[in-house]
Amino acid sequence: MSDKNSSNFKSWPVTLILGLFSVPLLVMYLYLFIDTFTNTAPGSLIPNELTFEHWRFLWETEPGTVSIWQVTLNTLIFASVMTLVILSVSLTAGYALSRLNMPFRRFFLAGVLTLHAFPTVTLVIALFIVLQFLGLYNTLIGVIFIKAALMLPFGIWVMKGFYDTVPWEIEMAGVQDGASRFMVWRLLVLPQIKPGLIALGVFSFLEGWSEYLMPQIFAPEADVQVLSVYLASLIADDQKFDFNLFKSIGLFYVLPVIVLYLVFQNKLMNIYGGGSKG
Amino acid sequence: MRILLDNFTKKFDDVMVINNMNLEVRDGEMMALLGPSGCGKSTTLFSICEIYQCNGGRILFGDRDVSNVTSQHRNVGVVFQNYALYPHMSIFDNIAFPLMVKKMPAEQIKKEVHKIAELVHIGDLLERKPSQLSGGQQQRVALSRALVRKPDVLLLDEPLANLDAKLRLEMRSEIRRIQQETGITAVLVTHDQVEAMSMCDRIALMDHGKILQVTTPNDMYHNPQTDFVAGFLGNPPIAFLDGVITNGQIQLKDSAIQLPLPSRVPVQPDGKIVRLGVRPEYFGNQAGIELQGQVSFVETQGRENLYDIRLGNGAVLRSIQPVRADAGLGDSVSWPLDTEQILIFDDQGQRVA
Ligand SMILES: Nc1ncnc2c1ncn2[C@@H]1O[C@H](COP(=O)(O)OP(=O)(O)OP(=O)(O)O)[C@@H](O)[C@H]1O
Ligand SMILES: [Mg+2]
Repeated sequence: MSDKNSSNFKSWPVTLILGLFSVPLLVMYLYLFIDTFTNTAPGSLIPNELTFEHWRFLWETEPGTVSIWQVTLNTLIFASVMTLVILSVSLTAGYALSRLNMPFRRFFLAGVLTLHAFPTVTLVIALFIVLQFLGLYNTLIGVIFIKAALMLPFGIWVMKGFYDTVPWEIEMAGVQDGASRFMVWRLLVLPQIKPGLIALGVFSFLEGWSEYLMPQIFAPEADVQVLSVYLASLIADDQKFDFNLFKSIGLFYVLPVIVLYLVFQNKLMNIYGGGSKG
Repeated sequence: MRILLDNFTKKFDDVMVINNMNLEVRDGEMMALLGPSGCGKSTTLFSICEIYQCNGGRILFGDRDVSNVTSQHRNVGVVFQNYALYPHMSIFDNIAFPLMVKKMPAEQIKKEVHKIAELVHIGDLLERKPSQLSGGQQQRVALSRALVRKPDVLLLDEPLANLDAKLRLEMRSEIRRIQQETGITAVLVTHDQVEAMSMCDRIALMDHGKILQVTTPNDMYHNPQTDFVAGFLGNPPIAFLDGVITNGQIQLKDSAIQLPLPSRVPVQPDGKIVRLGVRPEYFGNQAGIELQGQVSFVETQGRENLYDIRLGNGAVLRSIQPVRADAGLGDSVSWPLDTEQILIFDDQGQRVA
C-alpha cells in the first residue's frame, strides 16, 4: 500500500488497473458535484450556467416541509446519541465478557455472536408493536434505542476483542500498585484500547448517519425525520421532481461522511486489527 | 517482614492445587520457590499478594493476618515474568504509578523515583517508553516499580525467564544486590535450580503442590531428604543405582558388585531395598572402590567433561572431571567411586542416610 515497502515489485500496473476500473465511479462523483452548482441544457453533457439555486434549501424552507437544519439536527442527534449508547455499553459489557469470571459467560458470548448475525428485518413487526406500546413510535428516542440495540452485539464483540489484547498481568500489576479496579481500568486499560474505542465510535456514527431502514419504519414523520428519510421523501414526491436539488442534498448528506472518513481512515482499520482476536 | 503460610490451601474450582502448605519466610530473607512446571509455585506466589484468594488456612505478614486483606492493602511489590510495564506511560510514570495512586505530592514522587532509579541503574532511561528498552532494562524498571513504595514483601515470578543467557547472569546478581541493599523480604519463583541456589538464602522445593524440603542451597544439595530433591538439584544431575542390603553391604541389582555402606550410616537390615544416589563429582575423581564400565556418552563442557559410564548391569553412572585423553566413547574404563559420599534412599524415595 505504501511506497516505502513496494520496492520489490512494481506498483504502477496495479494502480493503472484499479484506476481504469474506478473511472466510471469517479466520473459519477464529479458530475454529482458539478451538477449541484450548474444547470445543463437538456440533452447536453456540458453545463451552461453556474448557479446556486440548487443549494437554496440551505437558507429557505418551502412551505409545508421541514427545514433542512431541523432534519440535519435530527440526524446528528440520532447518530451521536446512538454512538454514545453503543460506546458506553460496549465498553463495560466488553470488559465484563473479556475479564470478569461471571456466571453464564459462555452463554452470553454465544448469544452476542448469534444476535450479531440475526437478520434485522424479521424483527420489524415485533419492534413496531413494542414501540407503539411504549409510546415511542415516531420519536427519535425509540429509533435510537432500536438501532443501538441492533448494533450492540457487534460493538461488544469488537470491544471484547480489544480488551483481550491487554495482558492480564498489567491489570494485576496495577492492583498490586495499590490502584482500585476502577482506576486500573481507567488509567491502565482504557488508554490501551483507545484505538478500538475511536474506531468503534466513528464506525457507529457513520452507521447511524447513513441508516435509512429503521428511521423510515419507526420515525417517518416530518419533525423527527433524519436526512436519509428526508431524501427518500423527496423522490417519492412525484409532483415537483427536482433532480439537481436531490443531488445537492445528497452531496450535503455525504459530506460529513467523507470528512470523517478522511480524518479517521487509519483509525478505522483498527477494528479489524483488534476485533479479530476473539 | 516475615511471611507465614499456615495450612494454606488453594483450589481452582474442584482442582486442589495446594493442600495445607506451611512455610515461613524469615524477615529480610530471600526464599526461592523451586519446582517443576505446574507444581503450584505461581499459585502460591499469587496467593501471597491476593491475586488469588486462598481457600483455607492463613497468610501472615509479620504478626498480621492478611488472609482477608485485599491486594491494594497488602503492600506487596510484584515483578511479573513478562514485566507487565504500562506500555502507554513513560518509564518515569511507570515507576511513579504506585506513588501517584497513594496521592504523594509530585515533588516527593520525583525524588523517590530518582532515588530508586539510581539504585537500579536506570537513571538515564526515565524519559523513554517501555517498548524502547531492552529486556534487561525492562526488568530493572519492573523491579523499581515494585520497590518504589517500599513494600513489606517483594515477590518475583520467574523474573529471569525472558532474558538471554548473559543478561540472566547479570540480572541474577543485580536482583540479589538490590534485595540485600534494601533488606526486603523476597520470594522468588523459579524452575531453574541454578537461579534458586545462586540467588537465595533458602530454597523451598515443591512438587505437586507440596513442599518437600526447605533449607539452604548448600544443605539441600548435600542433604536432600528425598530422591526427588536429590534429582532436582545438581547439574549435571545425580545418578541413581538400585541395590539390596546383603551382609551389611550394598549389593547392586543384577550384578556381583558390592559396595560398603558409608561409615555415617547405621546398620541396615539384610534384604532392604535401597536406591543409591551418586553425584557425578564423586565418581572418577577421588580414591574409592573401582567400578568397571563402558563410556556411553561424552559431553564437553569446556574445562570439564561429562562422562556417562554404563556398568555391567546396565545402570549408568555420571562422572564429571577434567578433560582426559584415555576415555573416548566406547572405551572400557575402571574408575573409583567415593562410597563415603553415596546418598542412600529407601524404596519410597525417603532418605535413609
Ligand atoms: N486459573 C486456573 N484454573 C485452574 N487451574 C489452574 C489455574 N491456574 C493454575 N492452575 C493449575 O494449578 C497448577 C499449578 O499452576 P501454577 O501456575 O502455580 O504452576 P507453576 O508451578 O507456576 O508452573 P510454571 O513453572 O509452569 O509456571 C497447574 O496444574 C495448573 O494447571
Ligand atoms: Mg508459574
